[in-house]
Amino acid sequence: MATHDIELTVNETEVELTVDSRTLLVHALRDELGYTGPKVGCESSKCGACTVELDGDAVKSCTVLAVQTDGASVQTVEGFADEDGELHPIQEQFSAEHGLQCGYCTPGMVTTTKHLLESNPDPSREEIRKALKGNICRCTGYQNVVDAVESAAAALAPAESEGESASGDDVDLRTDYPTPGED
Amino acid sequence: MFPPQFDYHRASSIDDALELLERHAADDPRILAGGHSLLPDLKNGRASPRALVDIGEIDALRGIGSGADVESGADSGADETAIGALTTYADILESDRLQRHAPVLTDATSVLADLQIRNRGTIGGNLTAAEPGADLPAATLAADATVRVRGPDGERAIDAAAFLGADGSEPALRERELVTEVRVPHVEAGGYAKKTHPASGYAMVGVAAVLETDDGTITDARVAATGVLERVVRLAAVEDALVGARVESKTIEAAAERAGETIEPADARSDDHASGEFRVHLLSTYAERALERAVDRVAAGAGGTGTAGDLE
Repeated sequence: MATHDIELTVNETEVELTVDSRTLLVHALRDELGYTGPKVGCESSKCGACTVELDGDAVKSCTVLAVQTDGASVQTVEGFADEDGELHPIQEQFSAEHGLQCGYCTPGMVTTTKHLLESNPDPSREEIRKALKGNICRCTGYQNVVDAVESAAAALAPAESEGESASGDDVDLRTDYPTPGED
Repeated sequence: MFPPQFDYHRASSIDDALELLERHAADDPRILAGGHSLLPDLKNGRASPRALVDIGEIDALRGIGSGADVESGADSGADETAIGALTTYADILESDRLQRHAPVLTDATSVLADLQIRNRGTIGGNLTAAEPGADLPAATLAADATVRVRGPDGERAIDAAAFLGADGSEPALRERELVTEVRVPHVEAGGYAKKTHPASGYAMVGVAAVLETDDGTITDARVAATGVLERVVRLAAVEDALVGARVESKTIEAAAERAGETIEPADARSDDHASGEFRVHLLSTYAERALERAVDRVAAGAGGTGTAGDLE
């Protein structure tokens, strides 16, 4: 069946490739383009190991067709470190806090964390856990993951909220609610 | 898991989408929006269309505003809000207008799936797929929303009950019809509470409630449940018990206790996690929690001003 020529930007590099209609974004990134940061985990939009940023939003790349991303911009975990290879503060804190064991879920965790901290720079531990609901880790028990996100928020705070630090405390962060009795 | 082979067509407009659906009718085409119901169905073999029509780039289908103009999001002050079919869950949550005037919808959306899925899934896709246990069908039914669709025979508006098949009929969407928007009447108060199914993430049981009050008396109540039956269902006994009653914990609790009255456990959905009997048993508890959330909003003032979190 039909193939499609698509153009997209991955980690700020423009790429062209030819994909089948049915090719999933995660497979195009890994198998065609060599970005193996996004992992193939459950393949059913539950585990979040394949999480990438698509036009600025954290999404599960196992549940997006590559052809749908024609013209879009994708960032994988490979795009987090700067040109000199210096890790992004979120990556640094996952390392410092040992927020991982086997590391398979970490690219997804890091990507979702970036999305969280962009909309909520100072999340509570409860908010962190809610934000990472769609990223499953089978090693850590999440404790160090949450620690890492907290540390990353602290590390990013001075640079990103300069001039807004005073108002930051006034923002009502409680946009989600604990479902009574859930779990 | 790979989806089966299919042809992919990207639509540039609603008319183009309808034309593509018509032209590829022999390929049993399916509409692709956010893809978070369709792609899993393709992988699991639950759907095997030979063509997909991607409506994801049609900007006219995206946005939240007054009924007059979804595209611009202009607020005409009308007493309803139109939500374009392609509007994502994340966009719904960010809408102050919906937080204020359609709290049952934002409440349900806030506990729907997870952050990544909320960035991608759409209201139109959710209601069209209407998975058993999905949160938005219950919220939409309780909200008395109207679903607008376009098809070969033009445009039509379908009330949520008929669209979802909650009135005993088959779901009303026809072949080659496309959901364009969902219109939600503004209400005083509403709430949603769910017991999340540990495997699927959908609701094992979810209850959506909408209340209108006058001087401390409930004048209208709409309560709908998901997860219990294959389709969403109104809980008429609860509604009857609420209308005319005072807004107080005692009456809410008594009304919620009647939630399971109209559903036979033998008819309820059952799996390894929860029997039909248990699902029916849970209904009262979650009806009460949903109603309490609605009552909190009544207490916070007509229309309310806050997000779900304000009421914790």
